[in-house]
Amino acid sequence: MKQLVILSGKGGTGKTSVTAAFAHLASLGPFADRVVLADADVDAANLELVLKPRILEQQEFRGGQVAEIDQDRCAVCGACESVCRFDAIVERDGYYVVDPIACDGCAACVYQCPTGGIAMHEQVVGNFFVSDCRSGPLYHADLFPGQENSGKLVALVKQHARRRALDEHRLLLLVDGPPGIGCPVISAVSGADLALIVTEPTVAGIHDLIRTLETVRHFGVRALVCINKADLYPAGVEAIAAQCRASDIATVGTIPFDLTVADAMVAGEAVTAFRPAAPAAVAIAAVWERMSAALMNFNTPINQDV
Amino acid sequence: MKLAISCSGTTLDSPFDARFGRAAAFCVVDTDTGAWTAHANPALSATGGAGVQAAQLVAKLGAQSVVSGAYGPKAFDTLSAAGIAMLLAAGNEARSAADILALFQAGDLIQAGAPSHTGHHGG
Amino acid sequence: MRIVVASGKGGTGKTTVATSLALVAAEQDAVCFRDCDVEAPNAALFLHPVLDSHREVGILVPQVDAQTCTYCGTCAEVCQFHAIAVIGGKTLVFPDLCHGCGSCTLVCPEQAISERLAVLGVIDSGSTPEGIAFAQGVMNVGQPMAVPILRELKQWSPAIPPAACGEGARDIEIRDAPPGASCPVVETLRGADFVLLVTEPTPFGLHDLKQVAAIARDLGLPAGVVVNRDGIGDDAVGAWCAANDLPILLRIPMQRRIAEAIARGTSLVAAAPEYRSGFRDLLEDIISRVPA
Repeated sequence: MKQLVILSGKGGTGKTSVTAAFAHLASLGPFADRVVLADADVDAANLELVLKPRILEQQEFRGGQVAEIDQDRCAVCGACESVCRFDAIVERDGYYVVDPIACDGCAACVYQCPTGGIAMHEQVVGNFFVSDCRSGPLYHADLFPGQENSGKLVALVKQHARRRALDEHRLLLLVDGPPGIGCPVISAVSGADLALIVTEPTVAGIHDLIRTLETVRHFGVRALVCINKADLYPAGVEAIAAQCRASDIATVGTIPFDLTVADAMVAGEAVTAFRPAAPAAVAIAAVWERMSAALMNFNTPINQDV
Repeated sequence: MKLAISCSGTTLDSPFDARFGRAAAFCVVDTDTGAWTAHANPALSATGGAGVQAAQLVAKLGAQSVVSGAYGPKAFDTLSAAGIAMLLAAGNEARSAADILALFQAGDLIQAGAPSHTGHHGG
Repeated sequence: MRIVVASGKGGTGKTTVATSLALVAAEQDAVCFRDCDVEAPNAALFLHPVLDSHREVGILVPQVDAQTCTYCGTCAEVCQFHAIAVIGGKTLVFPDLCHGCGSCTLVCPEQAISERLAVLGVIDSGSTPEGIAFAQGVMNVGQPMAVPILRELKQWSPAIPPAACGEGARDIEIRDAPPGASCPVVETLRGADFVLLVTEPTPFGLHDLKQVAAIARDLGLPAGVVVNRDGIGDDAVGAWCAANDLPILLRIPMQRRIAEAIARGTSLVAAAPEYRSGFRDLLEDIISRVPA
């Protein structure tokens, strides 16, 4: 079983549209019924909008703890407020209360309260789902708005998806990663055999690609790059290709700027299913061919000149 | 001496779990008498630092050696500080904690000299 | 006046709108810009600030004086993140698990714990050719936590105050938020006066817009929407905004030449000056919506 994670660094490069197309393509070829899907972008979970999952199982996700002040025992001394480094204790109408969104769960206040009037409580911060969709089993989650994305929910989604893939001897675990380079990304990358970074030839896309490549290298995961919206800025494509050569990273192809991708999204379909002959769909299919070959046979040279 | 084995249940017959920090439980066996006790791992649902927490449990239980499939850097440091020997067993075949004990007694387990991986994140 | 530009979904044009709004505002007002997307800061690519000041930021993590420590274990007991272990006559500190809360330092009966800065990233600051005071947080690669950097970034005050050109210039602060709808977005929104939500008229754009709009509502902040790449997708965003009393303050049509200019690092108002007046109206509209 191989684990492939799709990343982007910068948001909006088309990561999820590409993942959805891969899920569709994987359901057709030699991977049919051999794929498990996981959406690791838990605070902007969009893969579901295309895959239209049927939820089979749902469980509450309990995140970190937050402090709660028992007003009957509070002596209004302010000790909690003075030790809190997260500005989570606020004075309101002569009382001290905890702002649960700001609270980091460190419990420093609990130990400083002279009346023992503060306790920690676990919070439900999201939901975890096991679903079925057109392209196979899907593991996903939604983190409630404003909650901490510590990476734990991402780890949970991946852990369950991975176990399913191993138990059923599936060939591929396909993970849609979050943008950025922080905790959720680290969690999504951990354990992957290959990271495909979907970038775009824009100054912002290139800037963030470099940081994403550094992150992936930091965690020792092999990376490939695919350039979306490639015709928007040819000089940018050159810059990405040069960057990839310098970092010894192979590029697996380019995808043209194509508004069919947005139309497919509105139709709730992968672009490769929605209009297989559209320029973006044809290009994504070619990237998929090269990448899946690379994933299953690590010795094949894969560089695609751009 | 006391040997701790990471496992997924609370008897000596339960399956060996190759994950150290995220194992469901630890069986602690007195290798001289064969007497054993089982202890749930409080680190199972920890947000982070599961390796540190599990290592502290193993130390508190008085084990001098532990068997698992891999040790992250923090678990390695903590177990080293406690002077607990870390032994490795592969987790890719179905084996019980009792099978692992038999391997230990046959002298078939090797010691981990360094952390097995760079650590996991966010879980 | 603190305006946060947020989006939920990445790549909807958050930075495009934030930078153009700042450039137009700077023609008259004193503008301070904070790029709060510390994982992927991009605003500098469009505003071209001279970043002449750099400061390392992070959290305070414990260091234990082995001479004074009695290995009582109190620090390890209070640490919720298992960043300290007292074992085998040693006190081990794991800085990458530490949240910097300081609880261990407070409870140590021997005062054996002092604190040192563990660097998570850098605050770069300076000013742009237009006189905008600019700062960005840049998280170090491999670090998990963005929020401590954000907190420092919010506290930054410019060494040289932003240039105020016009009569009756106002102080305008613009924050470019990170994508998503989790903690770092909340931290960016905290203390703001208005949230400008940039979206695109697609199902992904709408889904993520709803998440951030919910946070803005919970924080009691007035909000308005900019629809970018108008004309692609569908108008479900328009319908949802109408049903939820969220005003659409500006629509920017999908135009390939704009996309190409932004790809090269040109700001929207420089590439398409006809939007200048639209952004000026947007700014005045926002200001009029904030209760005095």
